[in-house]
Amino acid sequence: MSSVAAVAQSAGKGAAKAAARKRARTQQHGTGSAVRRPGWVTYAVLAVVLAVSAFPLYYTLLLGSSDQVAISQRALPQLLPDPSIFAGFANVMSSTQINFWLALTNSVIISVVVSVATVLTSTLAGFSFAKLRYPGRNALLVFVIATMAVPTQLGVIPMYILMSELDWIGKIQAVIVPALVSAFGVFWMTQYLDSALPYELIEAARVDGASMIRTFWSIAMPAALPAASMLGLFIFVMQWTMFFWPSIVLGSQNPTLPIAVQNLTAGYHNDYSLIMAGVFLVTLPLLLIFAVVGRQLVAGIMQGAVKG
Amino acid sequence: MAALTSTEPAAGSTTPAPRAPRKLGFSQTLGRWDVKVSPYLYISPFFVLFALTGLFPLAYTAVVSVYEWNLLGGQGEFVGFQNYADVLGQATFWKSLVNTLSIFLLSAVPQVVIAITLAALLDQNLRNATFWRMGVLIPYVVAPIAVSLIFGRLFADQYGLINDLLSTVGLEPIGWHQDRLASHFAIAAMVNYRWTGYNALIFLAAMQAVPRDLYEAATIDGAGPWRQFFSVTVPQIRSTVIFVVITASIGGLQIFDEPRLFDSGGLGGADRQWMTTVLYMYDVAWGNQRDFGRAAAVAWMLFVLILAIGFVNFLLSQRIASSGPKAPRVKRAVTRRLLAEARSAGAAGRGATGTNSADSTVTTTDRRDS
Repeated sequence: MSSVAAVAQSAGKGAAKAAARKRARTQQHGTGSAVRRPGWVTYAVLAVVLAVSAFPLYYTLLLGSSDQVAISQRALPQLLPDPSIFAGFANVMSSTQINFWLALTNSVIISVVVSVATVLTSTLAGFSFAKLRYPGRNALLVFVIATMAVPTQLGVIPMYILMSELDWIGKIQAVIVPALVSAFGVFWMTQYLDSALPYELIEAARVDGASMIRTFWSIAMPAALPAASMLGLFIFVMQWTMFFWPSIVLGSQNPTLPIAVQNLTAGYHNDYSLIMAGVFLVTLPLLLIFAVVGRQLVAGIMQGAVKG
Repeated sequence: MAALTSTEPAAGSTTPAPRAPRKLGFSQTLGRWDVKVSPYLYISPFFVLFALTGLFPLAYTAVVSVYEWNLLGGQGEFVGFQNYADVLGQATFWKSLVNTLSIFLLSAVPQVVIAITLAALLDQNLRNATFWRMGVLIPYVVAPIAVSLIFGRLFADQYGLINDLLSTVGLEPIGWHQDRLASHFAIAAMVNYRWTGYNALIFLAAMQAVPRDLYEAATIDGAGPWRQFFSVTVPQIRSTVIFVVITASIGGLQIFDEPRLFDSGGLGGADRQWMTTVLYMYDVAWGNQRDFGRAAAVAWMLFVLILAIGFVNFLLSQRIASSGPKAPRVKRAVTRRLLAEARSAGAAGRGATGTNSADSTVTTTDRRDS
């Protein structure tokens, strides 16, 4: 069993790194609190940025609570949203122009399936790249990293031909299957597991007779959980907001939510009150998620930025 | 891919071969096989699916582009470079290229500048730091098509809020949907809205990794906050800047959602004044022409353009990196990024990966946010 990474590796590497990180963190924190707080100008500028970030959503609520006539006459039909936005939501849900419930179901299925599957495939590959040793590993990892820069979106025409050969046009598996893996995800999990999973743990599991997949599932997966959930979050947001490929391959018959919103604009005369209610309704789930786990999203971006 | 397919069967076929002196039990053989094959098995989903849905379509685009190929009729006869000639002869194609580059420049440059400024503001000892960080990230959860529809109203030519504000301060209203450059500004504003905060957080992370003793040294040398920002912070985070610029250019040159929903026509305006190249490709393939051959030619040319711009980025960043001051404590991160860029520019093959080799045991600084 000399080829097992666990045996070949020197012990304590992961632990040493973790300890170094912890030390550095507390140190940084210590110096940080000694620095004086910034003045009100900083807060004022940040408040303006915050207002600019939030205003378009507020404006959406305003237009959604207003009516078509008022919108066509004034840029700011009212200053505060009112309960008629709920009537707007109801109109969107029951609109004959779109199939809201079908779109919602499709979006939920696609986003959930893709995020769960991508997290699994990425963690599995990340475990292999970060902790196992085998010929060709480095070259393959380089290949994965390189693919992150490939504009795969430009392959849509053969993709469409492929999907029509499979008779998948208009079916959600045409969106799901190509999205099941992510180079970014693999790289992300590799980076994380490289530092977060000590070799001793793998070694211990192997000595206890656990198979590779058992080792992955019982040792690597729990260790990967923080990064894996962040990755899942990003993939979920990405899938929920995705438009280009779904709009091509699904069309308006079997829409996702972004396609449904686009269909609201397809009429001869646009009812912007209805459209904006739809826009807000589609954004709402992500806003709710953001309210709960926004902190993790921020941490994820910052962590990924530094590492990747 | 080649390495994978060739290694896997080899590993499978050599392992079970019994060694002369001792006989292996079945479970031991299985265990060996498990150890040899599992690593490849675990990475295979990525490689198989990526080959099928990423690489193959991209390569096959080149094949489609030299055939007559229609959405309904399917593959026709071989036409050589006729599709390319047709596309290059269409004024709309050139217009779309100029639009794409214009929108890209109008979005990338202000975005990076504002994001760095914002990051510098966030990189202070703020009260409720997480609250402000989350605040700048709100736009990220708004779908691009939603942003496009909202900004389409804000930038409406008549009764749009922006034009209303302009006229209250005594300026002429701007034809955001009429004027070519104005429409580019509006679309760039959408891109900036969604991505500036996101990039600010990336820069913030890089800034927090700058060793604090550099600032202490700068203070002792008498450098004020501005001087510190331009002489310490900016040089220290330049690899991150390069990373963001490259990511932004790969994405920005493929922009589709925002121009698609900027008006209800969805084809870049009456004079195609904001039609981007991907939108043009979409129109050729699924719009009026339904010509897959020509659309594939467009895709392939855009692909080459993106590669070329990536390569220029790489050359520029290499010059910047070599002319900048030496910074030993973040050197490994810089090297790793440059390597990543080398790979992304299609110029792979420089040295080791740096991510998993033995040198990574040395952790120099904490580069993670607490």
